[in-house]
Amino acid sequence: MEPLIESFNYILQNIINALQRGSFYAVISIGYSMVYGVLMLFNFAHGDIFMVGTYIGFGIATLLLATFSGLVPPPVIFLATVVITMFLASWIGVFVEVAGYRPLRQAPRASAAITGLMIGIIFETTILIMLGAKRLSFPPLMETVNYHIGGIYITNVKAMIIIISLLLMLALHAFIQKTKWGMAMRAMSYDFLAVPLMGVSINIIAPLTFAVGAGLAAVAGILYGQAYPILDPYMGVLLGWKAFVAAILGGRGSIKGAALAGYLLGFIEIFVATVFPSTLRDFIAYSIILVILTFRPRGFFGMEHSTKLRL
Amino acid sequence: MRKIAVLTVVAFCAAMMFSSLAFSARKTIIKIGINAPLTGDIPKVGEGSKYAAQMWLEDIENAGGLEVGGKKYEVELVIEDNESKAESAVKANTKMITQDDVLAIVGPQSSKQAVPAGEVANKYKTVMISPWSTNPSTTLDRPYVFRGCFLDPFQGPVVANFITEEFGFTKAAVLYDVASDYPKGLAEVFKQAWEDKHGAGSVVAYESFTTKDTDFSSQLTKIVKSGAEVLFTPQYYNEVPLIVSQAKNLGWTGPIVGSDSWGSAETIELCGEDCYGLFFSSHYAAAGAKGATKAFIDRYEKTYGYIPDDVAALTWDALRLAQQAIQDAGKLTGKIEKDREAVRDALAQIKDFDGITGKMTFTEEGDPIKCAVIVRINHQGEYEFYGSSCP
Repeated sequence: MEPLIESFNYILQNIINALQRGSFYAVISIGYSMVYGVLMLFNFAHGDIFMVGTYIGFGIATLLLATFSGLVPPPVIFLATVVITMFLASWIGVFVEVAGYRPLRQAPRASAAITGLMIGIIFETTILIMLGAKRLSFPPLMETVNYHIGGIYITNVKAMIIIISLLLMLALHAFIQKTKWGMAMRAMSYDFLAVPLMGVSINIIAPLTFAVGAGLAAVAGILYGQAYPILDPYMGVLLGWKAFVAAILGGRGSIKGAALAGYLLGFIEIFVATVFPSTLRDFIAYSIILVILTFRPRGFFGMEHSTKLRL
Repeated sequence: MRKIAVLTVVAFCAAMMFSSLAFSARKTIIKIGINAPLTGDIPKVGEGSKYAAQMWLEDIENAGGLEVGGKKYEVELVIEDNESKAESAVKANTKMITQDDVLAIVGPQSSKQAVPAGEVANKYKTVMISPWSTNPSTTLDRPYVFRGCFLDPFQGPVVANFITEEFGFTKAAVLYDVASDYPKGLAEVFKQAWEDKHGAGSVVAYESFTTKDTDFSSQLTKIVKSGAEVLFTPQYYNEVPLIVSQAKNLGWTGPIVGSDSWGSAETIELCGEDCYGLFFSSHYAAAGAKGATKAFIDRYEKTYGYIPDDVAALTWDALRLAQQAIQDAGKLTGKIEKDREAVRDALAQIKDFDGITGKMTFTEEGDPIKCAVIVRINHQGEYEFYGSSCP
């Protein structure tokens, strides 16, 4: 019986690992999917918006810890960091839309994609110039407690990452389904041409979409900083690409799909490394995804977009 | 239109003739190239190299130049950033050799850059001394490439012996970056040495990841389950804190042992108390140093505000080796190819060079024979001498 329990624990431990990994992919890929839904373009700067959000979070957390540490309970500092960072980072999203994508709305789609890549490089080098190449260490916003429950190890940080990510996604779902702004976004993704005729301005909805995406990425950044506390100006690149893969896998423009595919990606990565030699992890993991996409080229929840006209 | 074009070309050629490049041929300036990772994955390594080089230059300047064959020459450093990338290191070496006319190059530091950059230096017949690269391929079959440190085939067994003697363990796990020359090479050497000692299969988990990964949870879960008693991870200082804290969070309780790449001044800054009490093999230990080593450490700390790591000390030694070789060459002709060759021959002849990281004599391959140090990170976060192993 003993080995059976052991291997059960082993699987359970890896499920928790995968949930943590998948949470980041899910939250970040939602940002890709939302922008695609509204503007039909992939914002390739999103990974770097996540990076900038992490750095902003780092700044706010350091500032708040220096000023209020010991005066207010840690959860308050954590919450304040999240709220302030979300607010500031959403303006980064607005900036990217207004300065980068808006002038190119009539331009060929390839120009917009390239712009995204350039904005990403500008962000990376800006951080590099401002802060230097030195690695920064994200301050812990709470004391790490490691729980050992029946052969499984889970820290409070890990639990928090999984729970907060789920709450964020539920909140986003409510925002899109229940508010007027959300309705405008859904309408925009349904028909890009007719919606402006109803008095909904694309110049408000588009930046709003970017702002929400950037805000989510920034919260993911703070959580990332708690789990992997070493900051690097290029940290958004790889994560951004993987989140992009998740957005495609989930179905372009589908938020539900992006979230689901994000977790799926986390599970594939973790379990491939568990079963196969870890050297082959990315090779096998992304081959599996390639196979999935061969059979479902539009992803899990992809919509038919071929009839849509562009302004 | 055509006239303007012709005029521009003529003007450009004229400008070239009077530029400082053309003049520099008349007055010989000794240029030393520094190929260092000032940005990228390991910027602290680049910073240490730069600071050590600046200190060395200060000494030369205070002496009124470098004396070769009774004549004093002005010395200039050409510092190039290789961004911790192999291709940029190759580009930097090519530029320094073909455009800047450097007499010798110190760097690149890590094997990932030093192995490909050494190819360029050797092709152009320019002396290159990598202070910190421990991968054998860096100097292998390259008469113009030297190094300032011991090799991984030596370091791997040192670590394996140390763990065996210190803890008496027989089962080890390895976690390394498969996409980087240094960790990959050292992981292989360690595995070999460990299995030679404890039999095939005694490395019970041999797990890898790729550069830029930050999540090692699946590999570490595997390692914890494997029943390994010790974890060896030859990674750089930006990955060490992540590996150590994630391992602890997944229930790892055994010791974690590293290699000389841990020796950066920033490891402790980033890792904090998680790393206290851990061991790694290195080139020197700052805490408790004596003599010239201590003088160097004190001077560096006074100037730059922190204790120099092994990279800085090795860069210092490499520059002094280059200096010695240039002086031993006897005279400079001003013909760069000829001078480079003379410097190379002089460097290969150096015996018992008294460096701050130990005595050095080069082998046929351009590798020094020197001792390794086992460092313990004590509970003040200092690198403490724990033991040493000599070939």
